[in-house]
Amino acid sequence: MNLNSNIPSGPLASKWERHKFDMKLVNPANKRKFEVLVVGSGLAGASAAATLAELGYKVKCFCYQDSPRRAHSIAAQGGINAAKNYQNDGDSVHRLFYDTIKGGDFRAREANVHRLAEVSRQIIDQCVAQGVPFAREYSGYLSNRSFGGAQVSRTFYARGQTGQQLLLGAYQALSRQIGLGNVQMFSRTEMQDLVLVDGHAKGVVVRNLVSGEISSHSGDAVILATGGYCPVFYLSTNAVGCNVTATYRAYKRGAAFANPCYTQIHPTCIPVSGEHQSKLTLMSESLRNDGRVWVPKKQGDARKSCDIPETERDYFLERKYPSFGNLAPRDIASRAAKEVCDEGRGVGPGGLGVFLDFEDSINRLGENSVQERYGNLFNMYERITGENAYKQPMRIFPAPHYTMGGLWVDYNLMSSIPGLFVLGEANFSDHGANRLGASALMQGLADGYFVIPYTIGHYFASHDQFKPSTSHAAFKAAEEEANTKISQLLSIKGSRSIRSMHWELGRLVWEKCGMARDKEGLANAIQRIPELREEFWQNVSVPGSANELNVALEQASRVSDFMEFGELLCRDAHNRDESCGGHFRTEYQTADGEALRNDKDFSYVAGWEYQGDNKPPILHKEPLKYEEVKMTQRSYK
Amino acid sequence: MNLTLKIWRQKNADDAGEFVTYQANDVSPDMSFLEMLDVVNEGLTSKGDAPIAFDSDCREGICGTCSLVINGTPHGGQKATTACQLHMRHFQDGESITIEPWRARPFPVIRDLIVNRQAFDKVIQSGGYVSASTGGTPDANAIPVSKENADTAMDAAACIGCGACVAACKNASAMLFVSAKVSHLGTLPQGQPEKDQRVLSMVKSMDEAGFGNCTVTGACEAVCPKEISLDFISRLNRDYAAAVVKSAWKGK
Repeated sequence: MNLNSNIPSGPLASKWERHKFDMKLVNPANKRKFEVLVVGSGLAGASAAATLAELGYKVKCFCYQDSPRRAHSIAAQGGINAAKNYQNDGDSVHRLFYDTIKGGDFRAREANVHRLAEVSRQIIDQCVAQGVPFAREYSGYLSNRSFGGAQVSRTFYARGQTGQQLLLGAYQALSRQIGLGNVQMFSRTEMQDLVLVDGHAKGVVVRNLVSGEISSHSGDAVILATGGYCPVFYLSTNAVGCNVTATYRAYKRGAAFANPCYTQIHPTCIPVSGEHQSKLTLMSESLRNDGRVWVPKKQGDARKSCDIPETERDYFLERKYPSFGNLAPRDIASRAAKEVCDEGRGVGPGGLGVFLDFEDSINRLGENSVQERYGNLFNMYERITGENAYKQPMRIFPAPHYTMGGLWVDYNLMSSIPGLFVLGEANFSDHGANRLGASALMQGLADGYFVIPYTIGHYFASHDQFKPSTSHAAFKAAEEEANTKISQLLSIKGSRSIRSMHWELGRLVWEKCGMARDKEGLANAIQRIPELREEFWQNVSVPGSANELNVALEQASRVSDFMEFGELLCRDAHNRDESCGGHFRTEYQTADGEALRNDKDFSYVAGWEYQGDNKPPILHKEPLKYEEVKMTQRSYK
Repeated sequence: MNLTLKIWRQKNADDAGEFVTYQANDVSPDMSFLEMLDVVNEGLTSKGDAPIAFDSDCREGICGTCSLVINGTPHGGQKATTACQLHMRHFQDGESITIEPWRARPFPVIRDLIVNRQAFDKVIQSGGYVSASTGGTPDANAIPVSKENADTAMDAAACIGCGACVAACKNASAMLFVSAKVSHLGTLPQGQPEKDQRVLSMVKSMDEAGFGNCTVTGACEAVCPKEISLDFISRLNRDYAAAVVKSAWKGK
């Protein structure tokens, strides 16, 4: 396998412009002859499906939810970055590019990130034209706020529901194309396998989640926009249905999986309350604009927050990172919170929490202003914890939130399988080892609205195209495999619930491969996960049959992939003998506890190639070359 | 706490369905309502019984997937709260709780507590958008929008499309849902060129899907987890009337 990034030549700032000209085009009248299968209908999938249909391609779109409007992009709260420089505060494409590269701890591709910063501006224009109700000033112009890892205000937002509004914009664009008959939508339909014919991705096998029917769809190209893999930790801020199945099964068909160990633990989530918990809830990072993070200076201080005098509080982010303060990037803020909790200074049940305090802001701005900015978040906090955050500080703790790793893609967003494109969180491309706040929405929409419409045409125009029939042997074999896997799951009839197996896997991965990792713990996890997998296949209980709506079967199928994927995640973390961004190996840290990179040996993208069940995958390396930016020790002090 | 649950079980769309009683013991007040059901389901699946099928995804009140009628009220009657955000601290030890799916003809039950809400997607497909194809749009600050209008649009756009409004309405009317989208786009300058056609198409599609008429009882607003205001229905009626008159005028 050759991981050739296909980065165009020329100066960084003009690569994309030039590449757009160099790429081959498909004649407007010929576009309708090409059929594209889009799996996933979040920001990346919906925007790609809508845009490709607008261009004239035939599109089929699949999602496991009951409607494309429900994809988990909808839950993003804080905002979307764009280098508009509307605030006249020194922002530029180059600064957004630089912040993203630095925020990613110098483990992202320069050319991809620069393109992302360039198209960020068009995204805002597009969304406003669609009727996305971004926050505005009294002047009628768009409002911005600042976000972690940046010293300019470049984040556009729609109250605390930016993801919802952007997704509804993309959903409406997609709905328009469905209404016009240009997109065929398949909801409550889950991808089971990717089908290759002559080495090219030419179709998918899917399961209708209502009838249980397994069927095939063939196309000229396949796009996966199926999100990340956070639920490998069981507890995360992802939706309970989020899963790795589509990307993992593509990996098993030969797509390289890149940097799975780059996982983001978000610092501001509501702490765990008990074992019954099914998910963790994020409190938007934007809260750190006006909230101050602190813990008591004394260990085991059980006093109420209001009884702890100012002099006995440790505002540890402001203390350690004076220039970024409470807006330090996510990986750094999370690790700092873990450190103070490890020192026994955490607050709340089990000492697993830190305060996020709004008292100063309420005194400065008034409760009404704070309510206007964050009212829905304060309400959400109260619903979950029963506590009023206007009167007492919130308690927060880090939780898995986003995965920077994903299927490997080249500059054209094509995976190592020709004809298989991967967009949004599902690919690895733009965030390096750590993603900055408000950049996920930007990347999902950049990929879907402004990158894939160009690059997919180039693929169609530069290969001899053929669309196989679904009666081709490759489809029949993949259907057969999908059916066999389902009957195997149903025939185990063991005694353990799917949830308990998932919970056990998640706890293991969280302990060994969560916020802090070490070689020994990872080696232990790599040994334990296959045992757990064995137990899953011996002893899990999956009731019901294949030919009905069977929620247990859906869950079991997804968990079975996590049982394999968890091992890949730990292997990648085990291989990467350095700390960078969200991947923190305790053996590699500076004297003051910051991540210590090893640029000499590890400035590469790790692409893993599947070798068969229970065989270790092979590692391929794509070297990262920095032409524009000088790699430095990241500092937010 | 210990609870008795009366839950609607229905194998598929053709099955008649019935209430089945379950016990939920040692329920923690910190659990969400759906986590309580998860625990009941864990007990059922480990015995090899079919779990109670219910829809949920984000579990933070924004995706609009969860759809339970709890003790006769969609989402369970806590103000501005979806079923997934409803916590067990609002229930009493020993209480008996009835759990049903949305009940409305345009939302047929697929299994147990899961319904098919594609009728909502169809309504949006008929015109609930601005026809702004990707690319070629003006700079985002080219057209100022008053803060008041932007805020009103956002109030309407907050709808999560869960369908509680339909489930609460004695006529299964979808007017609150449709009015939210019509008002969101109709308040913004970007939505003006298609304003009349949008409202005509969406109302037509709503009627064709079998949703009933609105008699402005306000049951929808009372259960809406996003507190979408009844005022938007007035706006819809006004926009619809204006569009009908204009199209009649054009027809002459």
